[in-house]
Amino acid sequence: MSDTNLVIGGKEFSSRLIVGTGKYASMDVMKQAHEASGAQIVTVALRRVSLPSGESILDHLDTTRYTLLPNTAGCYTADEAIRTCYLAREAGLGEMVKLEVIGDPRTLFPDVLGLLEATKTLAREGFTVMPYTNDDPVMAKKLEDAGAAVVMPLGAPIGSGLGIRNPYNIKIILETVTVPVIVDAGVGTASDAAIAMEIGCDGVLMNTAIAGAQDPVDMARAMKLAVEAGRLASRAGRIGKKLYATASSPLEGVPDWTS
Amino acid sequence: MKIMVNGNPMVVEAGITVDGLLDVLGVNRRFTAVAVNREVTPKSEYASVKLWEGDKVEIVRPMGGG
Repeated sequence: MSDTNLVIGGKEFSSRLIVGTGKYASMDVMKQAHEASGAQIVTVALRRVSLPSGESILDHLDTTRYTLLPNTAGCYTADEAIRTCYLAREAGLGEMVKLEVIGDPRTLFPDVLGLLEATKTLAREGFTVMPYTNDDPVMAKKLEDAGAAVVMPLGAPIGSGLGIRNPYNIKIILETVTVPVIVDAGVGTASDAAIAMEIGCDGVLMNTAIAGAQDPVDMARAMKLAVEAGRLASRAGRIGKKLYATASSPLEGVPDWTS
Repeated sequence: MKIMVNGNPMVVEAGITVDGLLDVLGVNRRFTAVAVNREVTPKSEYASVKLWEGDKVEIVRPMGGG
């Protein structure tokens, strides 16, 4: 069965895995991991240029091949996040932004009030806003109404590797909004990505799960396969769950071995 | 005169333009953005925007992130 593309702000992507560029042991490993992941969108942060300015991460990213997705990581207010998006646009990184407004440094959970405010402003200003939010269906709907191009609920805290902690809420989000739903953060291993896709999510975004793995290149490939497998399983339609067994072999025609 | 560049004090010629500052610092301008006193400076205005005593300049570019 042929699949549709993931559409974000009018752009089409055949890969449903979005990967980060942080925490890699070397640029070479990052490049190989990106290749193995099959991702078409990669996230970047915006930070002060170190002076004198030396090598840039963009020396290691083929910008004709990957769509760069600047984030607003480290922003604790809507104002900071909005200004960071303007900087990203002026830097030539396009208008697609991964919007983060962080509410607490220990959990890195989003400040949803700031997030909603920033989403409204940036959507009005023509940005394709991809907000990192919590797994709250009510907030997901508010973000959609505010103009978010997708909603990106967390599976678990950023970098925690705890997996999809509340698949039921994610399911409700999927039934609540019409924009694509991308699980952002919390994935630890391939089965977590597969679960997100099996539930019906439109994509998965991850960084640490790949960059922090003992072999990031193999893990990137595992994530690619998991996202594809989960997507296929979701579209194929799983069987219902039952408490008792149902035989797979015919009950008729079993030989009689009684003596 | 003294300005702040990426959080560090720096002494530059009064009225230097953003363009001039980037030249002095030798900043590679590809995918770089500048804000002066919290306002983003469009690239088209680098040559005309002048800096004055106490101005706070931020020069950013993409780094690894998730």
